[in-house]
Amino acid sequence: MAEQDWKTSKRTFAAVSLPTLFWVVVFFLVPMAIVWLYSFGENRGLTEIEFSGTLENYKRATEWLYLTIFGKSFAVAALVTLICLIIGFPVAMAITFASEKWRPWLLLGIMLPFWTNLLIRTYALMMLLGTQGFANKGMGALWEGTSWIKTLVGLQPLPTWEPVQLLFNNFAVVFGLVYVHLPFMVLPLYAALDRLDRSLIEASLDLGAGHFRTIMRIVVPLAAPGIIAGVMITLIPALGAYLTPDLMGGTDSQMIANVIERQFKKANDWPFGAALSFLLIYAMFALIAIQSMRKKVPEVR
Amino acid sequence: MALFARTPVAPLEYSRTLWMRLWVGAVMVFLYAPLVVLMIFSFNDSKRNVVWRGFTTKYYEKALGNDQLVEALINSLTIAALATLASLVLGTLAAVLLWRFRFPWKGAIDGTISLPIIVPEICLGVAFLMFFAAVGWPTDLVWPFNLGAITIAHITFCFPFVTMVVRSRLASFNREQEEAAKDLGASEGQVFRDVLIPHIKPALVAGALLSFTLSLDDFVITYFTSGPDTITFPVKVYSMVRFSVTPEVNAASTLLIILTVILTFIALKALGVKAIAETH
Repeated sequence: MAEQDWKTSKRTFAAVSLPTLFWVVVFFLVPMAIVWLYSFGENRGLTEIEFSGTLENYKRATEWLYLTIFGKSFAVAALVTLICLIIGFPVAMAITFASEKWRPWLLLGIMLPFWTNLLIRTYALMMLLGTQGFANKGMGALWEGTSWIKTLVGLQPLPTWEPVQLLFNNFAVVFGLVYVHLPFMVLPLYAALDRLDRSLIEASLDLGAGHFRTIMRIVVPLAAPGIIAGVMITLIPALGAYLTPDLMGGTDSQMIANVIERQFKKANDWPFGAALSFLLIYAMFALIAIQSMRKKVPEVR
Repeated sequence: MALFARTPVAPLEYSRTLWMRLWVGAVMVFLYAPLVVLMIFSFNDSKRNVVWRGFTTKYYEKALGNDQLVEALINSLTIAALATLASLVLGTLAAVLLWRFRFPWKGAIDGTISLPIIVPEICLGVAFLMFFAAVGWPTDLVWPFNLGAITIAHITFCFPFVTMVVRSRLASFNREQEEAAKDLGASEGQVFRDVLIPHIKPALVAGALLSFTLSLDDFVITYFTSGPDTITFPVKVYSMVRFSVTPEVNAASTLLIILTVILTFIALKALGVKAIAETH
């Protein structure tokens, strides 16, 4: 049955639409509009802001310093997405083709961290990666072991183990973001792979293609919408990530969200922060536009 | 694992090949090892999270005796409960609106409702900070009214998820049921209450759970909307982590992880794993 025209039952329509519209306008569109207005304003004194329609904030955002931070945020987000895809794809395959008994448990295993508090997960990772943490201790033990084996066969022992700095650098930020976002990637991949017609894979294998070739030529193209969805679901939050670079990064691993936060909490330059926020939103829109363009390609063909 | 397999591995049984099992096992260790270590070390009798010095529950006593932390947790749970209730109502109304009616500007309204999901958290946080400053939102109200600003912000980013879940459930609704109810004399409200709501109940459970965890989990938006008197659990833990890494944080985190696991199992009982997977 088709949708009902709103004029046929105006009262129900009003009851259903007015609360939603009110909320979206007052508590979403108006705040966003305020940010947008501020991005064209300038500071006058400590608390006063004049909406002068200046483009100065946007001009400042295109300075080399901020361009490199934007570029770096993109690079980090893209790298994180790629690593998540490489790690996550086999996991999604394994869940899809697991036995009925195992599949719910594997899914639960992926989902439980997804439901766990982000801050707690980041904190847990920080505990492991610290110079006194288990990651360093484990590597130290391996190092000692290798050293011992070398002395056994009569070689010079390795120099003593120096703890590696695993936290507060770019490595930690990428590692932390992968840790946090991996479930985001696996779940949409699984949803796409689960819908796949298995007889196509069987046909490909019967006709003599190897497993790798089947995956690349049959599974990946058929699961493309799910892969793109997974990439977007990972890329967008990774690009706007604040907590992980803030807690796990060093002074040189700031991402765009950290710069925005600083304009509000420390530098007290709201107009500039507003301009940066809107640039980040525009970047998201661009990503989504690219995705929806790609979606339409198969229909044209 | 050819050694243990009673039947040979069939071509599509990818998850029975050895390297796949190793891969999945390694990923699970990667996902869970930090959390398990965190939980174990909450019982460690040492100020620093490094060496095991014997079992103790004193950090739980300390965490539960820390008034600020307990207050933050109560604030978080209150906000999550309020935001969930409001999101369920708003989200369901929006879903029904988009599913049932044809009206001008529908595409634009549809897009705007799901926009809070896409807009980066930091931008939404900034927007609420500026909004509440611009309207002069009172900050000196008594509890729980001082949580209003944070709750409003949470509702805005939670209800689109409810809309999403409810809408996909509504797609499978058979409108003939509605017609039949109306033919038998049911009013609009009765149809909504006795026919539509029972049909979308699983989606409501899923949406409620999603809102509750999203709200409980949120740090960035809350960080921008909370004042000195309205600390939530993530904001409190953040300042504790910044300050120092103590077993007290481990104890508090362990309690929250256990709460999450319990909630997830309730959802499992109510819906089954597959339904939850589909909500993402």
